[in-house]
Amino acid sequence: MSSILKIALKLLVNDRSKFIALLVGITFAVFLMIMMMSMFSGILSRSSSSVYNVGAKIWVMDPAVNNATSSIPMPDYVLSSARSINGVKYAVPIYFGNALVKLKSGAYQAVSVVGLDDATLYGRPELIEGKIEDIYAESAFIVVKDAEFKKLESPAVGTEFEINDHRGLVVGLAKVASGGLFGIPTVYTTYNRAITYIPSMRFTTSYILIEPKHESDIPFIQQQIKKLGYQALTRDQFVRKISDFYTYQTGMGMNVLMMTAISFIVGLSISGQTFYTFILENLERFGALKAIGAKGNELIKMILFQASFTALIGYGLGVGLASALMILAKLRLPSYAAQVTYTNLTFAFFMVLIMAGVSSYIGIRKVLQIQPFDIFRG
Amino acid sequence: MGNVAIKANALVKWFGEGEAKTTAVKSASFEADFGELLYIVGPSGSGKTTLLSMISGILKPNEGSVLVEGKDIWQMKSDDIADLRLHKIGFVFQDYHLFPRLTTVENVAIPLILKKMDWNEALKVGLEYLEIVGLKDKAQLQPVKLSGGEQQRVAIARAIAGKPDILIFDEPTASLDGDTGRKIVEFVKTKILNPERCVIIVTHDSRIYEYADSIMKMEDGNIIAFERNTNAIPYMSHEK
Ligand SMILES: Nc1ncnc2c1ncn2[C@@H]1O[C@H](COP(=O)(O)OP(=O)(O)O)[C@@H](O)[C@H]1O
Ligand SMILES: [Mg+2]
Repeated sequence: MSSILKIALKLLVNDRSKFIALLVGITFAVFLMIMMMSMFSGILSRSSSSVYNVGAKIWVMDPAVNNATSSIPMPDYVLSSARSINGVKYAVPIYFGNALVKLKSGAYQAVSVVGLDDATLYGRPELIEGKIEDIYAESAFIVVKDAEFKKLESPAVGTEFEINDHRGLVVGLAKVASGGLFGIPTVYTTYNRAITYIPSMRFTTSYILIEPKHESDIPFIQQQIKKLGYQALTRDQFVRKISDFYTYQTGMGMNVLMMTAISFIVGLSISGQTFYTFILENLERFGALKAIGAKGNELIKMILFQASFTALIGYGLGVGLASALMILAKLRLPSYAAQVTYTNLTFAFFMVLIMAGVSSYIGIRKVLQIQPFDIFRG
Repeated sequence: MGNVAIKANALVKWFGEGEAKTTAVKSASFEADFGELLYIVGPSGSGKTTLLSMISGILKPNEGSVLVEGKDIWQMKSDDIADLRLHKIGFVFQDYHLFPRLTTVENVAIPLILKKMDWNEALKVGLEYLEIVGLKDKAQLQPVKLSGGEQQRVAIARAIAGKPDILIFDEPTASLDGDTGRKIVEFVKTKILNPERCVIIVTHDSRIYEYADSIMKMEDGNIIAFERNTNAIPYMSHEK
């Protein structure tokens, strides 16, 4: 480090209380921004958990669907038409619905039910206990062992329960890659059992899952499905559609954006204000340096260094604090939905740079204005 | 006397405009030589600090010119003037302007650091100058821990650390008691001044006149007298 920056560092850091105030301001702002954005990212990724878990390449749905769990049932002919499209390797139906489980204790618990195509079990989960074939046994259900599992009183293979007034039997426990957003347990069964247990409308197919012969067949398949009046989306397109729905149509995105902006403004005003006071209090020193022979660009370098040094440390502390809090929260609440993404980190970093930039700018302006003569006169 | 260190030609400086216009210095001309301790004396408000600032490249005059070692400084670019201040001129400000967050030795090292000297080297040289002013043992203290006279000496060490040809003191004894002030000036005269150096001290403290080689009197923005003091206590430089 050049000696002059070392002087700048000492002027900054040796002013303990002001330095701490600066760090607190930036740390706080970064912490809030990261928390808000991570919560939002967590919620968004949770909202698409079913899409990830089923893992199909193409999803066919009613164009009005904007959220995996509120599907709009489609008539059977869509399935047979889909099967006859060139480039479709296979197409299977899947059922998504909700049911009420009556537990041994007598309490009711809502569950979400996934009905897998009887012939192929396409979209089946990975089992940690039991065999997937047992799903064909009478009244068989597979329970997902996720964070909500306890709400079903932690059943084991062989546990019986009542589901929508029918008998249910646990034949397997499944592990799942991504937990859901709504805090209710998930059970798997066959498509046919699902539609007999759960009251439904005339149409029963929630989605049609398509496996194309080649990636290159996808555009043609999408085009053909569109002609039927339905929509075929790749997994990523569907995930984006769901994210867009939560971001733009539920007010959640707006709230997060507002909170992030407020955190930024609060952080900016605290750090900008404190840095400005720091500069004002050290104006005499900068003036003395100028009188002794420091050039304008050396003073600018010193201030930029002071501002960015503080900003970077504050950023590190803020990210660390947010991560620590999320880890703690996840220990207490396994389904706690928050995730730090590179986008969030980059965004917060950018915001911190803006804070440092604005703070330096006002500091530099002030320092360049001082006349060494005023220092000289005392 | 020796060569001319500073030559001021008809310097004029005013502040403000119209009704509020005050002319702080009205056509001041004089010379200061190397090997000379020049006093500028006069009542408060007579324009001493203003004059000092103009001859040291800190305040641009409205009229007139300043030659430092023959160079017309106010024709130079501002970065070049800053360089001239850094390399040729040492300042001791009226209020010392030491940096409270730095140690004494770091304070002394500042001109060296501005000259891009490496940190450790600058501190080493700084320590040597603290030794010259007799404060080596206070090197790691913050300036606030020092007495007024000691702070003044730190400021002097800082001013001479960059080996300037010209040293400028603005009222160095104003906030010191008589004895301390006298000791400081005695120190400057006997240890700091040498044939290659010119020291200018602004003061209105008449107790220390016997050290001056020349005394310039100012009143109301005018130089009203310039006297050689043939009885001045001579210098004997011990500086390395
Ligand atoms: N920046 C300034 N603005 C207005 N007036 C000033 C300024 N600096 C000095 N003066 C005026 O110039 C005159 C000389 O000031 P100064 O050089 O500080 O005197 P001295 O150092 O002899 O006490 C005073 O009347 C003072 O009020
Ligand atoms: Mg003055």
